[in-house]
Amino acid sequence: MNIHQPRADIAETTLAIVEELKGLEGPLLPILHGIQEEFGYVPQECLPLIARELNLSRAEVYGVMTFYHDFREHPAGRHVLKLCRAEACQSMGGDQLAERAKRLLGIDFHQTTPDGAVTLEPVYCLGLCSCAPSAMLDGEVHARVDAAELEVLVQEARR
Amino acid sequence: MTVKIYIPRDAAAVALGAEKVVTAMSEAIASRGLDAVIVRNGSRGMHWLEPLVEVETAEGRIAYGPIKARDVASLLDAGLLDGGDHALCLGKTEEIPFLKQQTRLTFARCGIIDPLSLDDYQAHGGLAGLRNAIALTPQGIVAQVTESGLRGRGGAGFPTGIKWKTVLDAAGDRKYIVCNADEGDSGTFADRMIMEGDPFVLIEGMAIAGIATGATKGFIYTRSEYPHAITVMAEAIEIARKAGVLGPSVLGSGRAFDMEVRTGAGAYVCGEETALLNSLEGKRGIVRAKPPLPAHKGLFDCPTVINNVISLASVPIIMDKGAAFYRDFGMGRSRGTIPIQIAGNVKHAGLFETAFGLALGEIVDQIGGGTASGRPVKAVQVGGPLGAYFPRALFDTPFDYEAFAARDGLIGHAGIVVFDDTVDMLHQARFAMEFCAVESCGKCTPCRIGSTRGVEVADKIAAGIEPEKNRELLADLCNTMKFGSLCALGGFTPYPVMSAMTHFPDDFKPAPAVEAAE
Repeated sequence: MNIHQPRADIAETTLAIVEELKGLEGPLLPILHGIQEEFGYVPQECLPLIARELNLSRAEVYGVMTFYHDFREHPAGRHVLKLCRAEACQSMGGDQLAERAKRLLGIDFHQTTPDGAVTLEPVYCLGLCSCAPSAMLDGEVHARVDAAELEVLVQEARR
Repeated sequence: MTVKIYIPRDAAAVALGAEKVVTAMSEAIASRGLDAVIVRNGSRGMHWLEPLVEVETAEGRIAYGPIKARDVASLLDAGLLDGGDHALCLGKTEEIPFLKQQTRLTFARCGIIDPLSLDDYQAHGGLAGLRNAIALTPQGIVAQVTESGLRGRGGAGFPTGIKWKTVLDAAGDRKYIVCNADEGDSGTFADRMIMEGDPFVLIEGMAIAGIATGATKGFIYTRSEYPHAITVMAEAIEIARKAGVLGPSVLGSGRAFDMEVRTGAGAYVCGEETALLNSLEGKRGIVRAKPPLPAHKGLFDCPTVINNVISLASVPIIMDKGAAFYRDFGMGRSRGTIPIQIAGNVKHAGLFETAFGLALGEIVDQIGGGTASGRPVKAVQVGGPLGAYFPRALFDTPFDYEAFAARDGLIGHAGIVVFDDTVDMLHQARFAMEFCAVESCGKCTPCRIGSTRGVEVADKIAAGIEPEKNRELLADLCNTMKFGSLCALGGFTPYPVMSAMTHFPDDFKPAPAVEAAE
C-alpha cells in the first residue's frame, strides 16, 4: 500500500495512466483512482498533465480531485485504518471505539502518527451494518470490532 | 461423489473471518485426503451466524455457524461431509426460521449459488426473464414492468415502468442505463449483497432495461468502500460478455447492450441521482436542478434510466413469472417484496426479504429478536441517515411507502438501525446535521450552511443555553432545509432531527446543572 515513488517518475506514470484510460466515457475519476493507486495520493504535479490531456482547465481537475473524500493531496501513512462512524456502528459502541483508537494511536481522525506508520480516517458506512462496529485496515474489512480486536488491528498497523 | 462445502465470499462473512475458515478447510481437506470442494457462495443474509458454512447432502444443505477457523477440525471430526451433528450445527438451512419466513424473489439465488457460475445461475432460473423480454416489443416489456407495480427501491419509490416509458419515448440515438449502486446509507447492504452474491441478476435486469428502452450502454456506479462487490461485479460482466449475454447481440437477439462498473470516491451525495450522473461524467458530484429529468437529459445529456440495484435486480423475476405474480405480493400501492436490512444493536441482524406490509415492531422484536445488548429498544432509524427515528409507540407502522410517509418518515432503501436505551437522541440529531455538513455538495444554501448552523444549535441545546429558544430555532431551521434544499440530502436531514426532537423530547431538555445536584 501507499508506496512513495521518486517524483521524477510522476509525469511519465501519469501520462501512461491517462493514455490507458482516456478512451473511457467520463475518464477523470478512473484516472484519479489510477493515480492514487499508483502513488498513494494524487501529486499536485499530475493535475496540469491530466488537464492538458483531457482538454480541461487545471481548476476543473483540481475541483474534482478535492471534491471527493477518497483522493489525498498528501501521502498517507504506511497503513490506513478506517473506522466507521455511521449510525449502525454508533448503536454498537462505534463512538467509544473511535475514541479508543485515537488514544491508542495518539492522533485524531485525518492525522498520521509521527512515525508515518498509521493514518486514521473516518468512513461513513462499509455496508457491514449487521455486524457493527466495523473497520477497514488497508482495504481489508473487519466486523464486530471490540476493544481487543482494535488493539490487534492497531498493533498490525503500527508495524 | 465430491461433496460441496459452501463458505461465503460476502464481505460480511469475510470481515468475520471467512478467509481464515477457507484456508483451514482447504488445508484439512488436503491433509485428510477428503473428496470435497469449497464453493464461495454469497451470504444467506443471516449475519449473526456468519461465517455460515454449509454442506450439500442428499437431504439438502446443512448449515453450521458461526464458524471460526479453529472449529474446522472438530467439524470434520463430527462428520461435516455427511451433515454430521455438532454443537454449531443449525440443521437444514432452509428450515432456519429467519430464512423460512421470508419470501425471496429478488434474493432467490443469493447465498445458494456460486455467484460467478453462469451455469449455476441458469440452473436456478436465471436468464428466463431476459429470454422472455427479447420475445417482446420494448412497449411490451415496459407494460409488464409498469403492471408489476415495481417502485424505485432506492428510496424515492417512483414507479419504475413510468421511468422506463419516459426514456423509451424520448428521442435520442444514444441512451444509457445507469445503476445506482452508491449504497451509502448506514444500515443498508442489500445492494452489496446482490452484487457479491448474485451479480448476474443485476446484469440481466440492466440488459432487460436496455432492450426495453433502446439503451445500449449501462454503468454500475458503486462505492470505493465496496471492494469485494466491485471485484465480483467486474468478473461477472466479463463472464456475461464471453457468454453472449452482453455484447453486440444480447443472447443472439440482434440487440446490443454492454456495461461497465465505475467506482465512486467516498462522496455520499453521489447516491443522489443527478450528482451521480455528474460524477460518472467526471465532474464534481454536484446536484443538478430538475427539470430536465435524467429520463430526458441524463448522462452526457442523453436519455437515461437511473435505477437502484434492487429495482433492476427485481426485473428478471417479473419478466420470468409475469407482472401479476409480483404484484400479488404487498399492500396498498407498495407491491412486491422488499429486502429489509436489519442492522445495528439487534440480535438477529441481516437481510429479510418479504412482501410489504409487516409491522415495524414485528420486524424489530420478533424477526430481529430485540437488541443485541439485551437492553430495551429505544429507537429505530428507518431509511438511512436521512430517515426518521421511530419510537416504540409507532411500532405498529406497516412497512409501506405511504404508511411511513404518513408518520413523517420514509422507508428509504429499507435499512433499519436499532438502538437500545443508552442512545442519546440529541446526540443523534446533532450527528445527522454533522453528517449533512460533511457530505453536502455545497450547491444550495439551506443544506450547505443550514447543516453547520444545525450542529451549532444542537450544541447550544446540549449546553443548556436558552434551550427553549434554540429548540424553536432548530425546528425553524429544519423547516427551511426541508423546503429550500435542492435534493434529499438537505431536504431529508430534518427527518432524523425532527423525529428525534418530537418523539424523544426528554433528550432535548438541558442537562441538570451539576451545581444543583451537589
